[in-house]
Amino acid sequence: MERRTLFPGRLLPALLILPQLVLTVIFFLWPAIQAVKSSLEREDAFGTSTEFVGPDNFTDLFADPLYLAAIGRTVVFCACVTAVSMGVALVLAVLADTEIRGRAFYRTMLIWPYAVAPAMAAVLWVLMFHPQIGLVGAWLNRIGIAWDYKLDGTQAMALVILAAAWKQISYNFIFFLAGLQAIPKTIIEAARIDGARGLRRFRTILLPLLMPTVYFLLVVDLVYAAFDTFATVYAVNGGGPGQSTQTLVLKVYLDGVVNANVGASSAQSVVLMVGVIILCALQFRFLGRKAAT
Amino acid sequence: MAGLQLDGLRKSFGSNEILKGVDLALADGEMLVIVGASGCGKSTLLRVVAGLETPTAGRVQIDGRDVTDLDPSARDIAMVFQNYALYPHMSVFDNMAYGLKIRGLPRAEIRAKVDAASALLGLEALLERKPRQLSGGQRQRVAMGRAIVRDPKLFLFDEPLSNLDAKLRVQMRGEIRRLQRRLKVTSLYVTHDQVEAMTLGDRLLVMHQGVPVQLATPTEVYARPADTYVAGFIGSPAMNLLPGLLGRNGTMVRVADADIDLGPQRLDRPDGHPVILGIRPEHVVLDASGMTWPVEVVEHLGAEMLVHAGRPGEAALTLKIANGTPLSDAIRVSFPSAHIHVFDQATGLRFESIGSGPSSS
Amino acid sequence: MRRRTLNLIPHAVMILAILLFALPIWIAIAGSTQDSAAIARGDVSLIPNLSGLGVYRDVLMNGSAGAGPVWRALLVSAGMALAIAFGKIALSLPSAYAVTFFRFPFRMAAFWLIFLTLMLPVEVRLIPTFQVMSSLDLINSFTGLTIPLIASATATLLFRQTFLAVPDELVEAARIDGAGPLRFLRDILIPISGANIAALFVILFVYGWNQYLWPLLVATDPKLDTVVISIVKMIGVDTATEWNKVMATAVLALIPPVAVVLLMQRWFVKGLTEGDK
Repeated sequence: MERRTLFPGRLLPALLILPQLVLTVIFFLWPAIQAVKSSLEREDAFGTSTEFVGPDNFTDLFADPLYLAAIGRTVVFCACVTAVSMGVALVLAVLADTEIRGRAFYRTMLIWPYAVAPAMAAVLWVLMFHPQIGLVGAWLNRIGIAWDYKLDGTQAMALVILAAAWKQISYNFIFFLAGLQAIPKTIIEAARIDGARGLRRFRTILLPLLMPTVYFLLVVDLVYAAFDTFATVYAVNGGGPGQSTQTLVLKVYLDGVVNANVGASSAQSVVLMVGVIILCALQFRFLGRKAAT
Repeated sequence: MAGLQLDGLRKSFGSNEILKGVDLALADGEMLVIVGASGCGKSTLLRVVAGLETPTAGRVQIDGRDVTDLDPSARDIAMVFQNYALYPHMSVFDNMAYGLKIRGLPRAEIRAKVDAASALLGLEALLERKPRQLSGGQRQRVAMGRAIVRDPKLFLFDEPLSNLDAKLRVQMRGEIRRLQRRLKVTSLYVTHDQVEAMTLGDRLLVMHQGVPVQLATPTEVYARPADTYVAGFIGSPAMNLLPGLLGRNGTMVRVADADIDLGPQRLDRPDGHPVILGIRPEHVVLDASGMTWPVEVVEHLGAEMLVHAGRPGEAALTLKIANGTPLSDAIRVSFPSAHIHVFDQATGLRFESIGSGPSSS
Repeated sequence: MRRRTLNLIPHAVMILAILLFALPIWIAIAGSTQDSAAIARGDVSLIPNLSGLGVYRDVLMNGSAGAGPVWRALLVSAGMALAIAFGKIALSLPSAYAVTFFRFPFRMAAFWLIFLTLMLPVEVRLIPTFQVMSSLDLINSFTGLTIPLIASATATLLFRQTFLAVPDELVEAARIDGAGPLRFLRDILIPISGANIAALFVILFVYGWNQYLWPLLVATDPKLDTVVISIVKMIGVDTATEWNKVMATAVLALIPPVAVVLLMQRWFVKGLTEGDK
């Protein structure tokens, strides 16, 4: 899409766009190129010299059972976070969209977790599910369920999924509600006259009309679950116990920063970049390029 | 001195030529209405005159000054837009004053000019309001006011009435006409509405596919349309256009089985030349000795009624006659020769009589 | 009658959802006022103990095990959130204006370059960005904390969407009125985009306040700890966690972003849903 009316001149727009371009090149493009470059290199044991090793880092990566396990874990984690947060948000949005009193109040009370930092979501859920001090965690132990996310990998995974999904519900809710309210009232009325009610009306009328929003949120939530949850997972258990909550982003950080293995970490970065690019391409397809054109 | 003069104006967007050479001269204080279907190039023409588009070729002169290469703000023009284009965050006063402020006029002078314009338009009580607090007609007035305060050499109107409801449109139409007469500013007015075109313009320019097809007074355009396009476009309901062949030394047209006499007219084409015969619905008369047409539908308009006649798949004929005229299943009609128009079937152009008919202008 | 009974279900579900949403916060508020040792035994009461409010003063001034005074962390977070919000707006508004209202060589190339940054979240270029920062000597500086986060494209895209929706006639009217590009930007475009700028401010403020990974990496100096970093540090100390102080800090850390979202709710929801899609 283009505007019909434009202002003449070339120098002024160049000056206006220059600051952002400079920062983009220095802090985005250059590091991204560096990531690709060092993913093809390897440092010697003392970090004194690097040599070009071609795709070795990548073949090593995909031969590493720990990395393959992390991929599987990340897929499960992303799928669960997306499903839980979208499902709950959709139900709440449909209810908030009905003609009930106090709609605005309900909406306000459901929006605020948007403001909660991913790391803070982890802290709040730890405070609830801590095996000793957490209200829920201590209670679980009292009724005889051995709950300790610091020892049990499955429990740790469940906790980070819930904490991550909880925070994202608000965001999804805002979009689902906006999507529902954008559906013309006349269509709903026509469906009522045709006799479609309840679940059937939702399944045959509302959901199909809401599909663009569903696709949009699907991609946004997957990106959120894959990247933004670093802080959530890291703050709960640092990826543990063992590697049980180590997702791909955590692994990039742990291998690169904690273990200082730049080549392996960069190769992982490049793999993630490819992942984001695929997700963005999907979003383009689904959204008919609305964001870019 | 001409208020506005256009010479060989052309405009292309890529390979798509929108204006294919327009020459035009407006007298000082004249109001010219450009009318045509959407996509005919009339809005582009207006935007080129405003300087919002750069012409591919040709010159624009306003009040004797060549402004082709000037910025819109330097052309001494004012424009009224279809959607008014009021600045939503500014009050009515500020909307009118903005252009004057940019020109650096002293505050007192701005105040005086805005006050004068708002008095003229009855906006005095609304000066502090924002556009969203105004009705459609009031917004329209503010848009006019913004144009008037600038005291420009040329007014440009881009379908300014099409966002108003029917009743308000008639009222504002009259108001624009009165204001333009009073201020005597050369004006170019673009519309697709032929009633606006007929009532507002000193002269009318009918455009079709980027080409001006007729430039004349409204009466002239109605009485002597230059081609079949203008004939079909101006007048409601549209002129009947019936294909036929010339005969009897150019004094008769044969339509279907009937020979239609052209009266004193004589056309300079060989007999058998394919032509189109035009007659307006209001000019067809019932005549017991005329051609027979089966009646299809009758529409009552109040004082008048429209009779649609013809056989499916063949030429159709519309009549506008006094309501209550008794009708049977078939009517017999004739075409008074004084109201017959003849066009060339190949080119669509009007034939002028070389006989005793009125000569071409 | 039937309608009324049906209407109770949505209310019941909504209230349940609100309570579930609010529960973690309430636990933090109630817990912060109680005795640390009692909490450690698992005796959290859901009723706040008003005499324990002094803990807020305590964490603000002295912090807790593992982290420094919270007032400083709040200040760093606020500085970072504001710098990112204003910085991004100041950077993106002109660049979005340039790509939508002008035509100049390499315009689309520049736009795509900016758009590309959407595909490069900080997480995927962590180490190289850190290396760039260290070669620019920006490690452990406020500039290093904020600048790389200011450059991303989200705000540019949102502004572009807003600007594309501005009616052409408005621009033309301004041009005929004699407004040049900068004057149009100042007198017309920025004022009519007010609601979008406000929405963007909310989004960016929350984004800036909530950063974790980047500050963790680039600012190791405890003086530059944000409140989010501080609190994770506090729960990270395995022994002797002062739970009431952790909870108090959590409440303090949540107030500013939540307040911004709630106070500017109307613009924020509108800007978010209309801009992104």
